[in-house]
Amino acid sequence: MKFIDEYRDPAAARRFAQAIRRTITRPWTIMEVCGGQTHAIVRFGVDELLPEEVTLVHGPGCPVCVTPVELIEKALEIAALPGVVFCSFGDMLRVPGIERDLLSVKAQGGDVRIVYSPLDALRIARETPERQVVFFAVGFETTAPANAMAVVQASRQGAANFSLLVAHVLVPPAMEAILSAPANQVRGFLAAGHVCAVMGYTEYEPIARKYKVPIVVTGFEPLDILQGVYMTVRQLEEGRAEVENQYTRAVTRAGNREAQKRIGEVFEVVPRKWRGVGEIPASGLGLRPEYAAFDAERRFGVAQRVVEESTVCISGSILRGNRKPHQCPAFGTACTPEHPLGATMVSTEGACAAYYRYRRVRPQDAPPPGLETKR
Amino acid sequence: MTPEDTPEFYCPVPIDRYPNVMLAHGGGGRLTHQLIEDLFLPLFSNAPLAARHDGAVLELGARKLAFTTDSYVVRPLFFPGGDIGTLAVNGTVNDLAMCGAQPLYLSAGFILEEGFPMADLQRVARSMGRAAGEAGVQLVTGDTKVVDRGKGDGVYINTAGIGIIRAGGVIAPASIRPGDAVLLSGDVGRHGIAIMAVREGLEFESAIDSDCASLAGLVLALIEAGVDIHCLRDLTRGGLASALVEIAEAARLHIGIHEQAIPVRQDVRGACEILGFDPLYVANEGRFVAFVPLHDADRALALMRAHGLGAGASCIGAVTETPAGQVTMRSSIGATRIVDMLSGEQLPRIC
Repeated sequence: MKFIDEYRDPAAARRFAQAIRRTITRPWTIMEVCGGQTHAIVRFGVDELLPEEVTLVHGPGCPVCVTPVELIEKALEIAALPGVVFCSFGDMLRVPGIERDLLSVKAQGGDVRIVYSPLDALRIARETPERQVVFFAVGFETTAPANAMAVVQASRQGAANFSLLVAHVLVPPAMEAILSAPANQVRGFLAAGHVCAVMGYTEYEPIARKYKVPIVVTGFEPLDILQGVYMTVRQLEEGRAEVENQYTRAVTRAGNREAQKRIGEVFEVVPRKWRGVGEIPASGLGLRPEYAAFDAERRFGVAQRVVEESTVCISGSILRGNRKPHQCPAFGTACTPEHPLGATMVSTEGACAAYYRYRRVRPQDAPPPGLETKR
Repeated sequence: MTPEDTPEFYCPVPIDRYPNVMLAHGGGGRLTHQLIEDLFLPLFSNAPLAARHDGAVLELGARKLAFTTDSYVVRPLFFPGGDIGTLAVNGTVNDLAMCGAQPLYLSAGFILEEGFPMADLQRVARSMGRAAGEAGVQLVTGDTKVVDRGKGDGVYINTAGIGIIRAGGVIAPASIRPGDAVLLSGDVGRHGIAIMAVREGLEFESAIDSDCASLAGLVLALIEAGVDIHCLRDLTRGGLASALVEIAEAARLHIGIHEQAIPVRQDVRGACEILGFDPLYVANEGRFVAFVPLHDADRALALMRAHGLGAGASCIGAVTETPAGQVTMRSSIGATRIVDMLSGEQLPRIC
């Protein structure tokens, strides 16, 4: 396919792999931030082409995985209410809360619908004025502009039956949290290309300087990732720690200013809990006071709910890049995509689900299940 | 935030066995598999069922018959390239063909919703008549029920079919041998994307038509030419990947395929990229895989390509001993990965 096949060319992939091999002199751990990159790495087997000195670890960039259980519980509570149409992107439907997921709420009679855009949810609100329509606004900076746009339009149209359950998270604070953890192994980052398409990459420059890590804005095709790794390794070997842009066909340094303006109009930076990681200051987006009328947490009286995350499997370590999925004793045995113990097994972008799907260790090779289910 | 290096394992409470039926139980993936294995098979146990084929193979005197049934609940009822009527006939015809049978007779049960337009019902019935004619089968018995408005989705159709087995050997996963070639009858993913496009109002530059078709003629051509067919499987829900995984698990053999040998039309690939779908898991209604010994592979391919429906046929891989029960794929950039079955339906990804 034009514009895609060019980035999946086996000969070019081998050339990049050789270039990395020629450049590297010692082991480096590099984190790809975005779940979409993790997915591509395992789907195409990108890491198989890399020399053994490169360890790729999978970062926190999967919104499905990092949305805290508290917000999932709020979503489940709202979705189960009579008179509510609960709209969500598809892969949030399988994320487990404490006892159930949105698919279960749907099976028990809740009106849960998959939409492709928040504007679809707004359209449903217009067409069914007698129902309360709630959109589950998850995602990083990538999905924020469209969600902001939906709120602006809802406000203009006076759509009193439309609201957002906001779970937006931001990439740079998560990277800082990883870098400042005592046991951090990560020496370089592949930054998430689509986040940077919106935000640009100026906010990564102080991080690269402060923590002395190279950060390469990277795309999602196999060759993008190989080139991103090559650029990161070259910086590491040369002792540089700069922000570079591999994904020039989509990303500029300043980003999409119009989209940033929309985000700033509707959202403000708030502290946010991350599933498996805990609260990170100034790491999320919430609705500004002037748009509080569209806040589903307020509208349905769930804002004060506190759900303790009793439970983390090792998804917290995985999201911070300290461990790999197969190092979990539950991986592939007690924990599978049908019965996920943690969020990283739920989304197809989650590191555990990607490992399970594409490179599962057969049960006889897996570590023995030594894990009791606790609540 | 707690500092890392606390190796304490806690588990979120798993969603254990679902207490209610989930849509994914009908999705053709792991949950469907689980439902059949855990709930139905133990209660209905018998020899023909134990073969777990698309249809049951029954010996009646000297004759071997194939018998199968399927229900059709597709939404939308009408889509580019077909409708629920063509599906209801071709789907059951194809299940029979996959047993190496010549399909002969079909039954049709209609569950109609009160208020369903008579003109639409007529259109569906006309499609069924036409599809039956093309497949060389007769609709010889049927049933009609009407449910209250709001209790159905317009029309649901069940068809059952019987056919006479024409193949000499046993066509089943157990007949597959290491060294067999895996032949795919054409491009994959069209039906699922055609349905998705209408259902979700996605617009592409040109409409993507479903591949819905009767495969009986093509399969009979292979049988009549004396191709030693070891196994056949039509690729419906769950797509090529789920079909291959099911076969590899049943045969306890390894199936290795090459991503670049699998034909996927440009527009289908584009739609899959947009939706975050893997075309290997997207539904088809007019495609199948055939496992044949290597020495028959070229001849079988030539026969398939000579037949209109198999014009895009290709050899996508081969069977080996190990790793038993697995499907692996050589990716387009030359690395290898496991191909697994999905839990349920593919869900569109966030970004």
